[in-house]
Amino acid sequence: MTRILPQTKWAAVNPLKSSQPLGAALAFLGIDGAIPLFHGSQGCTSFALVLLVRHFKEAVPLQTTAMDEMATILGGMDHLEEALLNLKTRTNPKLIGVCTTALVETRGEDFARDLANIKMMHAKELAGTEVVLANTPDFHGAIEEGWAQAVTALIQRITLRGERVRQSKKIAILSGWNLTVADIEHLRETVESFGLKPVILPDLSGSLDGTVPDDRWVPTTYGGTTVKDIQKLGTAVQCIAIGEHMRPPAEVLQKLTGVPYALFHSLTGLKDTDRFVSLLSSISGAPSPAIIRRRRAQLQDALLDGHFHFGGKKIAIAAEPDQLYQLATFFTGMGADIIAAVTTTATSHILKKVPAEQVHVGDLGDLEGLAAGADLLVTHSHGRQAAERLGIPLMRVGFPIFDRLGSQHKLTILYQGTRDLIFDVANIVQANRHAPTPESLDPFRK
Amino acid sequence: MPPLTAKIQDVFDEPACEKNRGKDAKARQKGCSKPLTPGAAAGGCAFDGAKIVLQPITDVAHLIHAPIACEGNSWDNRGAASSGPTLWRTSFTTDLTELDVVMGQGERKLFKAIREIKETYAPPAIFVYSTCVTALIGDDIEAVCKRASEKFGLPVVPVNTPGFVGSKNLGNKLAGEALLDHVIGTVEPDDVSPYDINILGEFNLSGEFWLVKPLLDRLGIRVRACIPGDARYLDVASAHRARAAMMVCSTALINLARKMEERWDIPFFEGSFYGISDTSEALRQIAGLLVKKGAGPELLERTETLIAEEEAIAWKKLEAYRPRLEGKRVLLNTGGVKSWSVVHALMEIGIEIVGTSVKKSTAEDKERIKRILKDENHMFETMAPRDLYAVLSEDKADIMLSGGRTQFIALKAKTPWLDINQERHHPYAGYAGMVELVRQIDLAIYNPIWRQVREPAPWEYQPAVEEELPGTHSKTETVHAFKKVVAQLPAVSAYVEESR
Repeated sequence: MTRILPQTKWAAVNPLKSSQPLGAALAFLGIDGAIPLFHGSQGCTSFALVLLVRHFKEAVPLQTTAMDEMATILGGMDHLEEALLNLKTRTNPKLIGVCTTALVETRGEDFARDLANIKMMHAKELAGTEVVLANTPDFHGAIEEGWAQAVTALIQRITLRGERVRQSKKIAILSGWNLTVADIEHLRETVESFGLKPVILPDLSGSLDGTVPDDRWVPTTYGGTTVKDIQKLGTAVQCIAIGEHMRPPAEVLQKLTGVPYALFHSLTGLKDTDRFVSLLSSISGAPSPAIIRRRRAQLQDALLDGHFHFGGKKIAIAAEPDQLYQLATFFTGMGADIIAAVTTTATSHILKKVPAEQVHVGDLGDLEGLAAGADLLVTHSHGRQAAERLGIPLMRVGFPIFDRLGSQHKLTILYQGTRDLIFDVANIVQANRHAPTPESLDPFRK
Repeated sequence: MPPLTAKIQDVFDEPACEKNRGKDAKARQKGCSKPLTPGAAAGGCAFDGAKIVLQPITDVAHLIHAPIACEGNSWDNRGAASSGPTLWRTSFTTDLTELDVVMGQGERKLFKAIREIKETYAPPAIFVYSTCVTALIGDDIEAVCKRASEKFGLPVVPVNTPGFVGSKNLGNKLAGEALLDHVIGTVEPDDVSPYDINILGEFNLSGEFWLVKPLLDRLGIRVRACIPGDARYLDVASAHRARAAMMVCSTALINLARKMEERWDIPFFEGSFYGISDTSEALRQIAGLLVKKGAGPELLERTETLIAEEEAIAWKKLEAYRPRLEGKRVLLNTGGVKSWSVVHALMEIGIEIVGTSVKKSTAEDKERIKRILKDENHMFETMAPRDLYAVLSEDKADIMLSGGRTQFIALKAKTPWLDINQERHHPYAGYAGMVELVRQIDLAIYNPIWRQVREPAPWEYQPAVEEELPGTHSKTETVHAFKKVVAQLPAVSAYVEESR
């Protein structure tokens, strides 16, 4: 079993984590007509906003309750109230996703009660706008936890409770944060090819896919899961959750509506995709369409062509737990070894399944220390400093990726995404191959 | 009054600030922070501002005492350049957890973090930043820094700027105060000369100060300290021995400039390296101040010679762009155009300024804009994204120059855009920088993509073409081509067999 080693340093060096409210905001950005609202000081929002914009290269709606010194002392309810009303009058969103921050959580206010009071006092003004609260203090968790908090809160607040008449072709998919825009588009097409109707929550493919809206400026998200879709999640015949961090929202959905869930830790790799495709086949009663069979054959071929570049390669990965599992199983499945695995938290159950001897809870400073002698570094853009110092190529994954274009359009799941990943890695390996020299091959070299 | 509150009051009442001088006593007391509107606010916090000012000091370890958000979401995100040390780009944070907050372990963790950094990286100094949460739980970073400094024998500088105290600009100024209280004047240099100057508020974005420094080198003027761009700790610590100073970004560090004049008799002027005439004026003023303070008077003449040469070269290069850029309409949308000489240079080669924001401009600035633009309708305080989008999509400007915040408004309106704020990738300072700016404007406007993205999709116009497309003609072609490929296949596999 994988050993999980706790953080041992006093100062984090080159953080791996982005904050929990940022993860929650990202989930809310997957809802149509939404604005996430950080309950904290303006800096909390500004930093997250800049980072999201640098990653997606899109205008990102994100607002702040702008807590100042006075509000920090006296309490932030007035600021929350004013922010909600201002957002409502200025942009009339369908959903406001409130994400708390460390500042207000340290004060320890009862936000749920505050919010209930505000909604009651302003029932008329706020009509037509759902307000959802995610408790996401920065001093706990990272993107994964924040994302899961927000999705759970969305279901708890919006989904209609009780058993309903099930639609035999409707599937609810709770997508993990590590799925890209391209992944979600591909997931939808795949599910639809079985004659099924997927509702994906959250759905970044609608809102952050880089399209240009038609001749108007939209101050909220445009595209994504609709509030109506979330209300009616209970009519799905099956829920599929992707990533261990999606288990809590899937369980809440099951508890509220009785919709059963199947959990996939990863949709990358031949075996996991086979399992997924089989499930779709059994739900729909339809055989796998020709296009899916063809893609499987292409993946088989990519495994054959690609494995030369993986066998015995030493890989160092730093990622949040579910993504770490997804990538580590992909690499070991291709014959590579994980010589360093660094993650953000010790609490996720998936960590014990990561195919590495040990997983360090830590930062990119730890990765740099452990990665000496590796053939490939795998982490987000901030790994660039370590890669440069160690002279090891960097494969950019996850968030943030701010120094490469198109990260949201990279496919990483199912047969086709696995094939693309194999090619990506093999190409990095080939681009960094060292030409043989007499010295490097000398059998007597020291 | 708590020390931080007193400090903020002091910073707000800045006698050298033009805008502050223009206020009556009552308005002055209110300070210059505008109250933010919850749900409609933008911009960074005081901590952000402090870090922006101090972090470009390249050999210092910058330690952020906070939960992950303050540093985790923001590190290594600015384009200041270093000619040597890289430690400033390494991120250090105490990354407080729930347990740390609940158990009150913040100070202890901070102290041990300082020791760890000292032992692992041996920096000349460590700067410690407080933030909202650590201020709220009452961590006394000044005391911890003092103790650590004594114990570990290196300067540990507290930067007390929790985000909730105010805006980015306030943070800039408080950072200047931290330098005055703990750094500047703590080291005596052994190489003072009458040609030493300080440059204050220059960030060396995209390395642009390196376009200016050779001009000073040529004149025999030495930059004792550029604060903060590409600075070393010792440069800053001994900056009090410069003879004169130029203050580049006045809103950020005016308090620093004024107090250095008071304490160490270093006269300063406000200037800019953006635009041709401003660059020349800055060189002139630097030379003038140095001569007043004892440098040889022939410096003035050498300066004039250099200015004449460099201006001639720059104007000649700019003139080459006139045929392409004459009559092009520029919308300036930035906090406040400090350098009117950029506008002047653009207009000089025939570019029109169709609008400018005056949010951060002083009354005097506004007068100047009126004179230059001849039409005050072109001034606006701020423009809502929706309105800005409308202006741009109605084709009222050929390009917008602004910061990243409004980038996507321009791009989604399919309008050329150029970054002139801190995230930009091109150096614009000095004579060569002005030429580069105009070159970038030219490249942006004339990029062939604009015609392509503005073109409607084929199905949105020319219905005739749409009908023609599925015609039988092309179908035959495809089938024919496919046959050809099939016919070749056996030959290909035969070749493969053979080569084995």
